[in-house]
Amino acid sequence: MKPLVRLFPLALLPLLALLLARPALAEILTVAAASDLKFAMAEVVEQFRTDRPKDRIDVIYGSSGKFFTQIANGAPFDMYFSADIAYPRQLEKQGLTSGTVRPYAFGRIVLWSLDPELAATPMKELPWAPLRRFAIANPRHAPYGMRAQEALEDQGVWAALQPRLVLGENIAHTAQFIDSGAAEAGIVALALVLSPTLKDKGAWTLIPAGWHAPLEQGFVITARAADNALAAAFADYMTSEAARVIMRRYGFVLPGEEK
Amino acid sequence: MSGADWLALITTLQLSAVTTVVLLLLGTPLAWWLARTRRRLAVAVEAVVALPLVLPPTVLGFYMLVALGPHGPIGGVLQALGLHHLAFTFTGLVLASTLYSLPFMVQPLKDAFAAVGPRMLDAAATLRAGPWDRFFHVVVPLARRGFLTAITLTFAHTVGEFGVVLMVGGNIPGETRVLSIAIYDHAEAMDYASAHLLAGGLLVASFLMLFTVYLLNRRYALVHV
Repeated sequence: MKPLVRLFPLALLPLLALLLARPALAEILTVAAASDLKFAMAEVVEQFRTDRPKDRIDVIYGSSGKFFTQIANGAPFDMYFSADIAYPRQLEKQGLTSGTVRPYAFGRIVLWSLDPELAATPMKELPWAPLRRFAIANPRHAPYGMRAQEALEDQGVWAALQPRLVLGENIAHTAQFIDSGAAEAGIVALALVLSPTLKDKGAWTLIPAGWHAPLEQGFVITARAADNALAAAFADYMTSEAARVIMRRYGFVLPGEEK
Repeated sequence: MSGADWLALITTLQLSAVTTVVLLLLGTPLAWWLARTRRRLAVAVEAVVALPLVLPPTVLGFYMLVALGPHGPIGGVLQALGLHHLAFTFTGLVLASTLYSLPFMVQPLKDAFAAVGPRMLDAAATLRAGPWDRFFHVVVPLARRGFLTAITLTFAHTVGEFGVVLMVGGNIPGETRVLSIAIYDHAEAMDYASAHLLAGGLLVASFLMLFTVYLLNRRYALVHV
């Protein structure tokens, strides 16, 4: 027993070596991105990296509200792509960013269902549609959920749908509820139903932009990445035509192109 | 505390109570069997029972969502029978919690049953006590510490359930929105005052539950034969 106990600290050495062997921070970019970007961002990153294969870009997807809280509490993200520009603006006000907030897209929402008939239901008639569960993202912290709520309120069916709502943690989680068939229909991001993974599943109807406040999306470089050259390069790339082409393909309306 | 938070508290207590009762009924015979059998199969069963201790709750939650949904083995059969699948339902959560809290019921009971030993039972048998009589009048009183620990740990562990509900849940008031989800929700929405209220309350309540168990365990220990 005794000799084993004495040997124990030795077991920690490889661990320590692993920790020290991590590459210097400046070559890595850690990005927190809203879930609606899940597929579009992957393409943008892939294209950005064709000229610089050695750089490492890690993108973590989740609800914009969650990332806001995490960054405000010191989470190690270099860039923050929010689905609601209000969140990064608030970080900027708190002095947690480097440089200003840049708008990158306007998102759109769709009524989506695996059952094409349900997907074609006019929103006003949803309370009478044959569905047990209707999925939206959590309106308390997911921008797409907030806009879904606004659209349902605009059409006067928010209260009637209450008992049937299921709330996803973010818009990708919400899409998963519908994709699994557990919720018969719901409101998700246009960018998701246009993705290769979901585009052949069920059907969707675009929800008029006038039924909700605009989903203006913005990104920002955080204070900790002030000296990260990769962050600055990626920020410029995001506003380049190459990135805009990809974003357009995922149904995003781009700044300067909104009607 | 808001009305929604009260509802989350009630849902949590209901879920924990139902799960504890279900596990008491299922876990007692299972623990008894595990404590007495010499079959090799028991080792595998014990390993399966202990799985929730080491697996991330999201693993369980993921498989429960798949199994309970309309295309899964459980939900699919229910749909075929003309019933509804169990994703996003209280019943679904009870099923998930039963698996999730299984080791917390079975392990203390198994240890307690093993500690009873065969001598008392043999003595009771010579006095013509039948198997049920022996179990309820000899084993149960002697294993009461095990029962107390098992019931409390199962209840408390289910109250603390989070990952499983997050995966299967859908955050539905009165159905799947339990306290841990409500706390997460408040924190995400930056409503720290509400989050503190629920989180602090849960912390104190959990401590009191465990404190009571350990206190009673000591008391019983003093008069233990």
